[in-house]
Amino acid sequence: MTTQTIPRSETVEPAAPAQRPRGQGRQAWWFLAPFLVLYALFVIGPMLYALVMSFFNSSMVRPGLGDFLGFRNYSEALSSNAFWSSLWHTIWFTILTTPPLVILAFVFALLADRMGRSRWFFRFAFFAPYVLPSAVMALIWTWIYTPAIGLASDWLTRIGVTPPVWLGDPKWAMISIAIATVWWTLGFNFVLYLAGMQDIPRDLYEAASIDGAGPMKQITSITIPMLGRTTTLVAVLQVIASLKIFDQIFIMTQGGPDFSTRPALEYIYDVSFTDLRTGYGAAVSMLFFVVVLIVSFAWLMIVRRQERSA
Amino acid sequence: MSRQDQFVRSSMPAMSRRSFLQGALAVAGGLTVAGCSTLGAGLVGSEVAPGTVDYWDLFGGGDGVRMQQMLDHFRQTNPQLGLQAVTLQWGNPYYTKLALATVGDQPPDVAVSHLSRVPTLVSAGLLQPLEPSDLEAHGMTPDKFSQRAWEGCQVDGKTYAIPLDTHPFVLFYNTDICKKAGLLDAGNQLKPLNSPDLLIDALTKAKQASGQWGGVAAVNGDTATNWRMFQSWYAQLGGEVLKNDGTEVVLDDAKALQVLEYLKKLSVDSKLMPSSVDYQGAVALFASGKAGFYMQGEWEITTFQTAKTPFSMTLFPNVYGGDTYAVQADRHTLIVPHRSDGDQKRTDRGLTLIRSLLDQSLTWAKGGHVPAWLPVRDSADYKSLRPQSNYAAAADAAVLDPPAWYSGSGSNFEIVVGSAVATVRSGQTQPEAALKQLKQDLQVLADTPPPT
Repeated sequence: MTTQTIPRSETVEPAAPAQRPRGQGRQAWWFLAPFLVLYALFVIGPMLYALVMSFFNSSMVRPGLGDFLGFRNYSEALSSNAFWSSLWHTIWFTILTTPPLVILAFVFALLADRMGRSRWFFRFAFFAPYVLPSAVMALIWTWIYTPAIGLASDWLTRIGVTPPVWLGDPKWAMISIAIATVWWTLGFNFVLYLAGMQDIPRDLYEAASIDGAGPMKQITSITIPMLGRTTTLVAVLQVIASLKIFDQIFIMTQGGPDFSTRPALEYIYDVSFTDLRTGYGAAVSMLFFVVVLIVSFAWLMIVRRQERSA
Repeated sequence: MSRQDQFVRSSMPAMSRRSFLQGALAVAGGLTVAGCSTLGAGLVGSEVAPGTVDYWDLFGGGDGVRMQQMLDHFRQTNPQLGLQAVTLQWGNPYYTKLALATVGDQPPDVAVSHLSRVPTLVSAGLLQPLEPSDLEAHGMTPDKFSQRAWEGCQVDGKTYAIPLDTHPFVLFYNTDICKKAGLLDAGNQLKPLNSPDLLIDALTKAKQASGQWGGVAAVNGDTATNWRMFQSWYAQLGGEVLKNDGTEVVLDDAKALQVLEYLKKLSVDSKLMPSSVDYQGAVALFASGKAGFYMQGEWEITTFQTAKTPFSMTLFPNVYGGDTYAVQADRHTLIVPHRSDGDQKRTDRGLTLIRSLLDQSLTWAKGGHVPAWLPVRDSADYKSLRPQSNYAAAADAAVLDPPAWYSGSGSNFEIVVGSAVATVRSGQTQPEAALKQLKQDLQVLADTPPPT
C-alpha cells in the first residue's frame, strides 16, 4: 500500500453545475412567488415601516405615526443605561453559551460516535431536550433552581456546598439561565457534529492507525480538520441563536432580578408593548438589528479566516 | 463544498415539503370539521362564542379559586348568558395583553384592573365610560359603594370603573409565637406597635420566641413587596414620590432615607428579618412558624388558612404616622374596555356580570380583601368575618400609587422603586446610594414624553 495523502475537502467538491437551460429562470420565479409575496408582506414591509416609525413619537394607543422626532429616539436609546445594559446582557449571554454549546456538542458527538449499537440511544438522549417548547424547559429549570427545596440546591447542600440563589442573585441569574440553555439546545449542534463525523471516511482512521497515530492524534489531525465546515456552521448559527435570546429569560426571571438578565429583545418588548412607545421601540430594534448584523459579520470573518489558515 | 454541507442543505427542502403538505391538510381539515372553532375564529377574527360574556382577570392562588367559585355561581344563575373566563399572569404581562387586545379591537367584555392602572388606561382611550343610566338599571348607584373607592373610579366626571375591593398591605402575626413573646393583649389581639422602637422590640421578642426570625417580608425577585413596604412608611411620614401626572419627581430625601435606614436596620443590621428570601420563601417561613410576623398584602390569608398556621392579621404598623394612619394599598376594579361597535347588548351583559360579582363580595372578602360594595361591607356577616374585618379601616387610609403613565400595580414605577429598596434590604447597597439610583431612574421615566 502506497502512502496516501488525506484528501482536502476541496478535492471532493463536485464540478460546478452545468449551465441551466434557458427559460428555466422564469419558471423558478413563479415557484418563488408565494414565498416572495409573504416575505415582502411580513418581513420587508414591516421592517421598512419600523424604520419610518423609529423617527416618530409613535404610540401603541394613538392612531398614525405621531410627531416627527428626527433622531431623538436614537439619541435617547444611545444615552439610556437601560438600553446599553440590556444589550450587554444579550452579549454576555452569547459569550456564556456559545463556547460550551460548540465545544460540549463536539465532545459529546465524539463520544457518541464511538458507540456501536447503542448510538441511537445517545443521539436520542442528547437531542430530546431540544424538542421541548421553551415554556416547558423554563418550568423544569425553575423547579430545579427553586431556592432551598429545588433539586440543584438540594444536591449541592448534600455535598456540603452552600448553593447560590440561582435565579434570585443578579450575579448568578444569567449563569443559571445559560446552564439551562446549554442543556436545552445542545442537541441541535450535537446532531450536526454527529452527522459530520459519520461523513468522515473510516479508511482515514484506518490509515492513520497503521501509520501509528494514537486516538488523540487522530482527533486533532483528522476529526477536527475534517469538521471545519461543520464548526463554522455550528458557530455562526449558535451566535445568531444566542443573540436572539428572549423566551427562557422572559419566562424564568422576566428580566430580573433588578433587570440584571433583561436582554435587548425584552427591552424592545417592554418599551414597545408595555410602555406603548412603539416609535422608540422601533428605534431600539433598528439599533439592535445593526448590532446583530455587525456581530454576525465579524464572527463569520474571523471563523472564515481561521478556517483558511488551518 | 463538503459532504456534510450538502447533507444539511439537501435534506431540508425534502422534509419541509412533506411537512408543509401535511400541515396544510391538517389545517384545512381542522377548519372544515370544526367550522366556527376557536382556531377558525382566530384566523378570521370573528367571535369565539357570540352572545357570551368574555371576562379577563389576573387572579392566582386563593383569589383565583374564589373567583372561579363566583364565576361558577354566575354561570348557574345566568344560564342564558355564557361566560368565557381567562386568567392571565399578574402585572405588566396582564396589562400589556389587555392594551394590545383593546387596540386590536378584540377586548374582553369585562376585565379586572387595579385602580392605580385606571387613569393610564383612560388617558390611552382604552376604557369605555359607564353611563349612569346603565349603572342604575343594574342597581349600581354611587351610594352603594365605599366613597373613596368610588371617587377613585371617576375621571373627568365620568365613571370608568366599578370598584370591587381595597387590598391593603397588612401585618400577619403568629398567635402562638406572639403569645409566648408576651405581645398579645387580654383579648388575644396584638398590642399596637406604633413606633419604630415598639416594632423592633416586638420583632426581637418574637425572634427569641420563634428561635429563628422575628418577622419576614420578601426581598429577592419581588419588587412589589419592597415598594409596598417602603411606600407605607414613607406615606406615614407624609412623603410623596411623583406629581403632575408623573412628570415631576418630588421624592423627599430626608424622609426616604429615614425609611430606608429603618428597613436596613430591620434586616441587615439587627438580623430580625431575613435579608435574602423570595416571595415563596417568605410565605414558607411564616407558614411553618419560623417567623413571628409576616408583612404582605392580605391576599395571602388563604395560604396560611390552608397550612393551618395559628395566625391573625391586623393593620400594618403605624410606625411614623402618629394620628394620621397611612398604608399602601390598591383596589381591584371591573372595567369595560373600549370597543368600536358600541354594542349596547354587550355592555348590558358585562354589567350583569359585574353586578353578580359585587353581590358575591362576601365570598371575595373571605380572601382577605375589604369589599367596596356597601351592602356587604356593612353587613353583620362581614363584620363577624375574622381576621378579615380587623383591618377594614385600612380601606380609608389607603395610599395608592401616584398617577403616571408608567405607574400602577406591577408597573415600571414599582419595579424601579422596589428594586432599589430591595438592594438596601439585602445589604447590597447603602441607603444613600440606593436613593441616588432610584431618583436617577425615576427622572428618566418622568422625562419621557407620555405615550398616552
